[in-house]
Amino acid sequence: MDDTPPTPFPTSISSRITRRSLLGGALALGLLGSGCSLPVDLGSSRTRIRYWHFLGASDGVIMNGMVGAFAKENPGLFVEENVLQWGEPYYTKVAMAGAGGRSPDLATFHLARLPGIGPGLILDPINLDLLAENGLRAEDFSPPIWERAHVDGVLYAVPFDAHPMVQYYNTDVCGRAGLLGGDGKLLPTKGADQLLESLREVKDVLGGKPPLVFDALGLGTVGPWRVWWSLYPQSGGTLLSDDGTTITIDDAKALEALSFMRTLGAEGLCDPTTDYGASVAAFQNGDAAFLWNGDWEITTFKQAKTPFNMVRFPSVFGGASAQADCHVFVLPHQRDRDPRIERETYRFIAYLVKNSADWAVAGHVPAYLPALEEPEYLALSPQSEYRSVITDVALDPQVWFTGSASRLWIEFGEAFSPVIAGTRTPEQGLALAKAALRGLMEAPNPFPEEPR
Amino acid sequence: MTTTVEAPAGAAPVAKTGAGRRWTQHGLLFVAPFLVVYVAFLVWPLLLGLRMSLTSVNIAGSNAGFVGLANYAEAFGDPRMWRSLWNTVLSTVPLVVLGLVFALLVHNLRFMRWLWRLSFFAPFLLPSAVVSLLWLQMIYQPGFGLLNGTFGTDILWLGDPDLAMWSVVMTTVWWTVGFNFLLYLAALQSIPEHLYEAAAIDGASAWDKLRSITLPMLRRTTGLVVVLQLLASLKVFDQIYLMTGGGPENSTRPIIEYAYDIGFTGYRVGYASAVSYILFILIVAVSLVQLRLFRKREESLR
Repeated sequence: MDDTPPTPFPTSISSRITRRSLLGGALALGLLGSGCSLPVDLGSSRTRIRYWHFLGASDGVIMNGMVGAFAKENPGLFVEENVLQWGEPYYTKVAMAGAGGRSPDLATFHLARLPGIGPGLILDPINLDLLAENGLRAEDFSPPIWERAHVDGVLYAVPFDAHPMVQYYNTDVCGRAGLLGGDGKLLPTKGADQLLESLREVKDVLGGKPPLVFDALGLGTVGPWRVWWSLYPQSGGTLLSDDGTTITIDDAKALEALSFMRTLGAEGLCDPTTDYGASVAAFQNGDAAFLWNGDWEITTFKQAKTPFNMVRFPSVFGGASAQADCHVFVLPHQRDRDPRIERETYRFIAYLVKNSADWAVAGHVPAYLPALEEPEYLALSPQSEYRSVITDVALDPQVWFTGSASRLWIEFGEAFSPVIAGTRTPEQGLALAKAALRGLMEAPNPFPEEPR
Repeated sequence: MTTTVEAPAGAAPVAKTGAGRRWTQHGLLFVAPFLVVYVAFLVWPLLLGLRMSLTSVNIAGSNAGFVGLANYAEAFGDPRMWRSLWNTVLSTVPLVVLGLVFALLVHNLRFMRWLWRLSFFAPFLLPSAVVSLLWLQMIYQPGFGLLNGTFGTDILWLGDPDLAMWSVVMTTVWWTVGFNFLLYLAALQSIPEHLYEAAAIDGASAWDKLRSITLPMLRRTTGLVVVLQLLASLKVFDQIYLMTGGGPENSTRPIIEYAYDIGFTGYRVGYASAVSYILFILIVAVSLVQLRLFRKREESLR
């Protein structure tokens, strides 16, 4: 749930307030105000680690459980967990706390957001020695993700997971449509035609209802961006040059992906008027057979007893990439970091990372490679079904205006949403997206590289 | 109204009455608390903001190079700023016109006046969060909202860039028109009845009365309502932030949110300060018009 607006209600109403969610924000404030975590007693010898994160829904419950388990093993430590509103408000808070130098000891973060936050100013570098002391080495992590956690050769984040776009499917409906193999799993499709064909078959089974849902519209929706950024890189398309200075969008390939999205809407194969909450609700109730979303809604459907399974995002244009971002741990800048707390903070990080198999229950793919081999993880179904995606993740370009809930995501989402609905041609959508991208590139980077 | 009018007028004589110009330390002591707060929380930030608006400072306080008027130049050349400014003043016209129309209607109704007055004014008492959620989730909701549900339509009230601002204005009118309505109602009641009687004797029609008596007699109130409404519109933020977050495609983003987005989520504090300053100057300009309006009234009363 972390990469999405929190959905306090199971229906679509909730996601209309999404990005700057009222209820979540109010809740987070309330938690802060009332001091949701008990303060350390005066005179207590326990060390307090202040920990901020945005994991508010089903994965928040799991995170809370992990924090509790750590606390049980370490009676001398106290982790003060603050759950804040996901999205722009979260990054604003971290930025302001880091700028003031009186920030929490530890915070979760999205990897793609790293270049935009001014590492070295807002965030402090990770101490490799302390990491090694707690048994974490570079080779334990997925190499592309580990590399992305560096800025100018300095490590600023400890990778925790990758959360890719995946395809959820309703096993009942797909079974009736004859799309399941002998093992009861979805038969993979190859290419656009096969996918469209199977969607049409499911549409018939559903009596003409759109078989596929994803968050196609809504306040600050990023769904259209996610789908496009899964499809377009499959044909080898890129957004920006490696140094982030020139737009390298391949119009033909970009339009191919957009036209495909348009076809989905035009043929009634997806519902272009669902927002985030409505898409989740439709899949949960069995009104739709497929859901394209991040991996974090697992717990929602398990609790609702929806007959479902998950696979990697389908391969449509050759490659197998899927849009993704990664959760990482960062150390927001502190003017005077207490060495004792710092040491314990690394211990806490190492505990969470090494217990990634527990975290994978939330749907995310651990970035800590040993966890992927653990029988405990492999037994997780459907989580382990899509673990191979860890090598095919389509991460954002490494520039300052990308990452979860960034302007890039929102502006591309707004440009592409009407394309799916058919009120804008793919060409118009692409032109608008490129204009937005140019606008973002022309705006000066608020954190230009400069020595500290 | 009278209180607002008298405040500036009354302040001047007080300053003068220190006839012997005995400017005692005690006097200073009395105003000191106010002065300290005033300087610390208004004057100083104002100067600080002005300085920041001339730099490229970011949220971390670094990158604070002096860039002169570049931020202002960027703001004036940024179609998004103009768009956001236009968004804020767009709602002024219907708010003023409808306030007048409703007041005229209610004024001429002879039965259950209290109910009409209450129903127009009641929404004004609701907090912005309640109003926003009410319209967002119950009325404009695409799937099962009141509007689409009643008329069987499939309109994206807040999702269509061409429509979203009008939907927001509609909510704003429902919510805040009561204030203008009340001002007009008070003004209508202060028009002497004998003017209408005289006109009736002269055989004036209802339309003549409206055009030649009511509207001219309301001119001053209209000026006040327009100015107050402009100020309120320039400062709108919460309602739109909650309803659309400024989207889709910035079609509803008010100027304060524009400054907020640049500064707090875009981290460009220097540029955001420049935009805030432009807004500040606009508000000062509108306020000066308001002051002038009142001065004229004062003079005409003398």
